[in-house]
Formats: sequence, C-alpha cells, structure tokens
Amino acid sequence: MRRAGIAGPAHRRPPAPTPRWVESLKLELKGITKSFGALVANDHIDLVVEPGQIHSLLGENGAGKSTLMNVLYGLHQPTSGEIHVDGSAVAFAGPADAMAVGIGMVHQHFMLVPVFTVAENVALGNESTGRGGILDLDATRRRIREISAQFGFDVDPDALVGELPVGVQQRVEIIKALAREAKVLILDEPTAVLTPQETDELMDIMRQLKANGTSIVFISHKLREVKAVSDKITVIRRGKVVGTADPSAPTTELASMMVGRSVSLTLEKSAAEPGETTFAVTNLTVTNDAGQRVVDDVTFAVSRGEILGIAGVQGNGQTELAEAVLGLRRHVRGSITLGGTELVGRSVREVLDAGVGYVPEDRQDDGLVGGFSIAENLVLDLYKQRPFSRRATLDRAAIAANAAAKVAEFDVRTLSAADPVATLSGGNQQKVVLARELSRPLKLFLASQPTRGVDVGSIEFLHKRIVAERDAGTPVLIVSTELDEVLELSDRIAVLFAGKLMGVVPGKSSRELLGLMMAGLTVDEARAHLDHPDATIEREPA
Amino acid sequence: MTDPAPRTTEPAPEQAPLPAPTTRPRQDGEGGRVVREILSGNAVISVLAVIVALIIGAILIAVTDPRVGSAAGYFFASPGATVNAIWASVSDAYGALLRGATYDPGARTWQGKLGIFETLTFATPLILAGLSVTLAFRTGLFNIGAQGQIILGATFAGAAGFFLDLPVGLHLVVVILAGALGGALWGGIAGVLKAKTGAHEVIVTIMLNYIAAALVLYLLKNQLKDPNSTNPVSPKMPDNALYPLLLGPNFRLHAGFILAIAAVLAVGWLLNRSTLGFEYRAIGTNPLAARTAGMIVSRGYITVMLIAGALAGLAGTAQVAGTEKSLDAEVAGSIGFDAITVALLGRSTPWGTFFAALLFGAFKAGGTSMAVNADVSIDIVAVVQSLIVLFIAAPPLIRSMFRIRAVRREGASA
Repeated sequence: MRRAGIAGPAHRRPPAPTPRWVESLKLELKGITKSFGALVANDHIDLVVEPGQIHSLLGENGAGKSTLMNVLYGLHQPTSGEIHVDGSAVAFAGPADAMAVGIGMVHQHFMLVPVFTVAENVALGNESTGRGGILDLDATRRRIREISAQFGFDVDPDALVGELPVGVQQRVEIIKALAREAKVLILDEPTAVLTPQETDELMDIMRQLKANGTSIVFISHKLREVKAVSDKITVIRRGKVVGTADPSAPTTELASMMVGRSVSLTLEKSAAEPGETTFAVTNLTVTNDAGQRVVDDVTFAVSRGEILGIAGVQGNGQTELAEAVLGLRRHVRGSITLGGTELVGRSVREVLDAGVGYVPEDRQDDGLVGGFSIAENLVLDLYKQRPFSRRATLDRAAIAANAAAKVAEFDVRTLSAADPVATLSGGNQQKVVLARELSRPLKLFLASQPTRGVDVGSIEFLHKRIVAERDAGTPVLIVSTELDEVLELSDRIAVLFAGKLMGVVPGKSSRELLGLMMAGLTVDEARAHLDHPDATIEREPA
Repeated sequence: MTDPAPRTTEPAPEQAPLPAPTTRPRQDGEGGRVVREILSGNAVISVLAVIVALIIGAILIAVTDPRVGSAAGYFFASPGATVNAIWASVSDAYGALLRGATYDPGARTWQGKLGIFETLTFATPLILAGLSVTLAFRTGLFNIGAQGQIILGATFAGAAGFFLDLPVGLHLVVVILAGALGGALWGGIAGVLKAKTGAHEVIVTIMLNYIAAALVLYLLKNQLKDPNSTNPVSPKMPDNALYPLLLGPNFRLHAGFILAIAAVLAVGWLLNRSTLGFEYRAIGTNPLAARTAGMIVSRGYITVMLIAGALAGLAGTAQVAGTEKSLDAEVAGSIGFDAITVALLGRSTPWGTFFAALLFGAFKAGGTSMAVNADVSIDIVAVVQSLIVLFIAAPPLIRSMFRIRAVRREGASA
C-alpha cells in the first residue's frame, strides 16, 4: 500500500490486530424534502445505500448534496420524508442519534479542536471516564492505534491536531467516526483539500473500509474521482435526483446529467504563441504579519499570449503571491515588473491602472460588494473613469448601458442588472467579476481560482473567455488549487510548495509529476523519482 | 512526528508543515454585521416599530391614569366604563401630542395654535446630526460621537459669534463655517485614529463625547463666560451672527431649517450620485472588495468622518445661532443620541433621516402640550422613543411579531 506523505516511520507501527468486521447496515432515504422558507433544497429525494457499497452523490455546488447529508446526519430535520435503517423508520433529533445507529460524517470543513490531541479530539463527545469522573484517554488511545493499524493510518494519538497536515487531520476525522462504530460513513467533498497523491490514498482507504463492510456516501462534484471509486452514482440537480448511473458510464454523460444539458469537458484551445515576455517576478519574498515567509524567493516570467498556471495545495503561498502582485500585501521584497514598470511598492489603484485585471480568490469577500447592484459591481474599479462618471458625479445611464452589454456578453442569468449581486448564483457572480476585469485593455490578467464553486456549464464559458484573452495577446496568470483546471488551461505550470517554487513544467506534464511537486519535490527530484521510484532521494528536511 | 524521520523515497510533508493560511484582518467585525442587519430592514419595519412603540406607550398612559384605575374598580359591574376611560385617557394624551406638534385650534395665540413650526425647529438639529450618523453608517462606521461633534461645532460657532464683529450676512457665514470646522475636527480625530491605528470608532467617539462636554464646561467657566452671569453660560450671540427667523419674531423657526434641507439634498447627492459616495458605500458594505478594487479604505474613513463631523457641527450652529442664541453646557441636549435613533429609524437614507427627525421633533414639540393639556408625564415620550430604538435595533423582533420573512441573502447552504 502506498502511504506517501502521510506515513511516519514504519518501526513505530504496532502489530496489526485482527480486523474487526463491521456489521453492515442498509440505509434508505424515502421522499426526503427539505425547504428553507421558499427555497427547496431537497425535493422528494429517494436514495438507497446498500451495505458495503461506496455510493457517490454527484452534483454541482448548490445542488443540495450537503443539505441532504445534513438531514441524514441529524443536523437538519427533514420537512417531509423518512429515513429507514435496515428497513425500519428512524428519526434523528441531532447528530448524536445518527451516530447511535452507526452513521458517521466527515465534514468538508473539519470539526476538530486544533489545540487538542488526536486522542482528545476522538474522545470528544464520547468520553470514557474512570472513577470520580476522571477522563480516561487510554481506551481512546488504544482504539486509535487499533484503527490506525488496521487501515495503515499511523496517526499518533498524542499529536496535536493543529500541527498535523490537512491530509492527516482528515484521517483523524475518519478515525473519529470509526471509533464510534460508524457503519455508514459520509464524506463531504473530502478531496478538496488534498494533493493528487493524498486523494489516491484516500480512495485506497475508502476501498479498504468498504472491504471491511463499511458503507460510504461519497459527496463530490469531481467526475474523475466519482468514477474511480464508486459502486453506484446518484446525480442530484437543483435538489432533485435526476438519475443514477454506473461508474462505467461515460464522463460526458455524467456531466450532462449533472448540468442538465450537454457540455464539452475538454477545452478546445490552440497552441500558445508566446510573444515577448512582459511580466516578470524576480526573487519575490512575501512575509506575513507573523513574520513567516509565505512566498519564498520566487522567480518566474509570463509572456504575451501565454497562460502560466500556478498549482499547489491550498495554503502554499498562492494567495499571497497574487495579492502581492496587486499591491495588497505589506512586507514584499523582490521585484514584480510589468512591461518594464516596477509594481512592488505601488498602490492597488496604480497596479490596476497599469493594466492588471485581477480576479480574487474569494469573490464574495474580495471581488464583489454583495449589497451593490450587478451594474454597480460591474464598475467597481472603473467608476472614476469616463464614461461612468464625470466631474465626480456618476453617470447612471452609462453604468446601466455598460451593465446591459456585459450581462448579455457574459450571459449573466438575472432578471435585472439593478438586482443586488448577492442574489446571483456563484457561477453568475463569477461571470460578473470576469466581465468587469476583462472589460478594459489589459497588460496582465491574473485570476485566482477563476472557477471555484462555479457550475460545470459556466466553467466551460469562463475558460473560453480566459483563453480568448490569451489569444488577444495578454499574459495570463492562473492560480488554482484544482489541478484539473490548471492542466486544462495552462501552457506552462509553476508549482508552489510552502511558498517556494518547485519548478516550472510544460502544460502537458503528468498528474504524477505535478503531484510530487505539490508535495514538496523539486522538478528534478520529482522526475528522478518517477524514473527510479525506488531510489533514495537525498534532501534536507525543510 | 517530530522525530528525525529516516530518509524515505517519499516526501514527508509533515516535516515541513504548511504555512498556516494567513488570516487577513476582517475590517467589519460583529459591529458591522449588526449595523447591516439593522439597515437591512425596510421602511415597513421602521413604521411598525413606531406603531408598536406608540401602542405600548398607550398602555402605559392607560395604566398610569387614575381615571382608568377607578373605572377598573367596578370593571365587572360596568366593563364599558373601563373601556371608555382607557379610550378617553389615551385619546386625550395622544390627541394633545398631535395637536401640540401640528395644529391646535383651541390655543389662544398663533404660536400656540401652530405647533408645527416648533416641530420643525426641534427637527432642525436632529436632521443635521442624523445625516452625520447616516453618512458614517453607510461607510460602515458607527458614529456615536455626534454629541461631541455638536458641542464642538456649537463652541466654535459661538466663539466666532462672540469674538468677531462682522457685517450682516458675512458674520453668519463665518459662524456656520466655524461650526462645521469644529465638528469636522472632532469627527476627524475619530476618523484618523480609526484609519491609522484601527482604534474602534465607537470607543473613540464615546470618549470624545466626554471630552467635548468637559471642554465646553471649562471654556464656559473661563474664556467664553458671560461676565454678567454667575452661571457657566456665554454671552448672547450678536444679531448679525444669528440665523434669520423665517416667520417673524412670534416663531422660533429659523433659516437653519433651510440649511438642513439643503444638507439632505447634498448628502443624497453625495451618497447616491457621486464617485466619493460610491466609494463610501462600497467601503461600508465590503471594505475588502473596496480595497481590491483600488479604493483606499483608510482615506475613506478619514474623509467621511470629517464630513460627518461637519454635519453634526452644523447641528451645533442651529442650536447656538438659532434656537438657543447662546452657548451653555447643555447646548447639545440629547440631540447627538437622538440622532442615532433618527438615522436608524430613517434606515440611513437622507430623506428617511429627514422624516424620522420630523417625527422626533414632533414628539418634542407635542410632548410639552401633552404634559400640560392631558396631564400625562412627558416621560412617556421618552419611553416611546426608547421603545422605537428597541424595536429598530432588533429587526427580528418586529419580523416575528408581524411574521415578516427575513430576506435571505445567499439562499441556503447546499
């Protein structure tokens, strides 16, 4: 079994005990409806999870997957409908009831106390106490070692959770559920925070759990993963089950079920024709307020008519790099030049005026003013220019005309451009941001997570627009934690790990190579490792 | 996991812990959320808040009226008598309030009959100070400091009035500008501290209110003291420095009211039509997005507090150069605090603030008439005003009372 990146020294593993066979249970959801006011998040959903199966719940963001699972886990009460366990109806007043019948959940955002140890976290809510109510963690530690050994997790029960890598924290969540004898495990978008290797390992774990009799409900919007691991796939769209499929079904078929119309999943893009190099980052170091180097001596360049993708697991300095370019960061050393102009030390206004189009990673926090109308958001960084204002007075007619044009051009689905932008879906909000940033002549287009939380149909459209900007001769920098997206868009790919540049590779590089680089190998080390997987790599611990 | 791990063929990320995701300071904390929640209520909530407060006020009037008490003594013999007594009590009181604030046909003098002009007089400083709070609100700042800014404005205006001797017209202009300057200075301190050090404007403005109150008292005992009085009051303002009376000597209504209407129009233009107001509203709703769009948030905080302070300073001039005609320690009364309610009740729109200020002016003008003519304690007015604050500050309360559904901003999480 591969345990890359997560396994510690082998000698510390206790001998594996005889595996406990988990008694399987059959889970049925019958006509579950959950509405929040006028919004129906789940509409008469029927779902059967057979014992010992991996059942995937596929759907776009906002389709109602998580709501359904929260109903199943007792966090929400269904408006109508029934949950049956092994044929008899059950009602959950809260997660404790769900756990009692053997349902465990690993949330997308972990429910762990960072300053507690693994054992304390696992015991939390399920503490065994000795005489006089004194906490007895020994039983919990034993149980953690048992489970770890059985599935090869090798998690130290006394490690502080906050100091563990994200992948290991996820294992702690799984252990937590297994320690409570979960027979059905719900994994909510578990791969969002993992490297490709960690994702593969998680899938191995899922298969092992299944072999051991645990049923798994796997929630995802990533078709590749769903196809790789599922026994059965249920597709949800707009709160309704639109069909079930076998994992052997073609990807395009699953995608069109998910979106509700046929989509092309592969981006048609001509080969890049790079021109002169106009954007260069040289020896860039960004320090955060705590004094840590979050971007560490990074150097790269982007040419006109080329897309450079920046890959990496979330939190490895991509956000800070993008913010440094825009002038949002203090403590920036090194140089960022655009067409010979130094950008370091300039204000955001000056950087924007220099011709940088910027799509921030978090559109709701940084890209849009939720209470403002769509029209106002479309001029959020252009309001001082003609024709949108003159002599310090806004020209509402010009702003409205611009909005009408952009809404049509970018196919923003809205009744009126005067509606608050917060009423739009995520995909349409992102279209507003891109429409704004692409609506002036650019010398650099920098987009962080350009399609995060965006439905598959809109992704296709947004990607085309980005490629069109490249073809118009603009250097494009894409920062994304979705490796699929980086691979699809980029002409070259730079990988960041712990703030350092691991190397720049061609856009058609293999997932394995990129995965190793995302886990901290330089491009040469990663290539050497792929050529000779058994060779020992000499490298200094970071 | 901190052991020196043997060299493995695989990278071991736990040896190089990922840098913790750097959290950026959120510029709008809990306070910002609360303000937005309050402002998200619509006009219906403001109107309902007033109505509910008036109803509770009516209950208080009824239970404290001895006529109702004695009628209730034989309630079972004649329940109608109790109902009649309640009706008589409440309608007397609110009738007197309404007549006092608008038009009282029974009064002997014209001043007595036309209470509406007293309402406008009382409303004038409330409009100006309310606009100050409104403008800051919309920029995401809770300006509790209108009180201090009024005091400083009145002090500066008063000083310009007493110490200068200028021709008609010019003197008043100088007094008005001095008042605006005084308020802007006081507001600006809070703005600069917020922008440069992140000091929370609520704390700073509250403290500046105390300092302003102490400062004016000190000046009134020394530099600004009327030599002919033993009390800490200033001399009378010279006639040249006063706002002209709009309706002759029988009414107190002065040109400050015109200034207030002009300010409503100006703030309306500033907020809704100007590029500066666009920045203010963007900063007030989402400072992070404003910053990313190239706006300079700190500069917005400073300039908006200068303007808000100037508006409150103008409210001070309406007192010292209009209604009171001299400066004393009570020059601001409770205007600075009522202004917060007025801004909230007006949902932080310029015209909403204007009408809310008229309502509060009417309470003040009618309250006296209610106390005199209906023998109801003037404190009832204070209670009603406080209840309005309570209901506006808790929109969910009114929503649940009237089953108004809250507008969901993002829809349910999926």
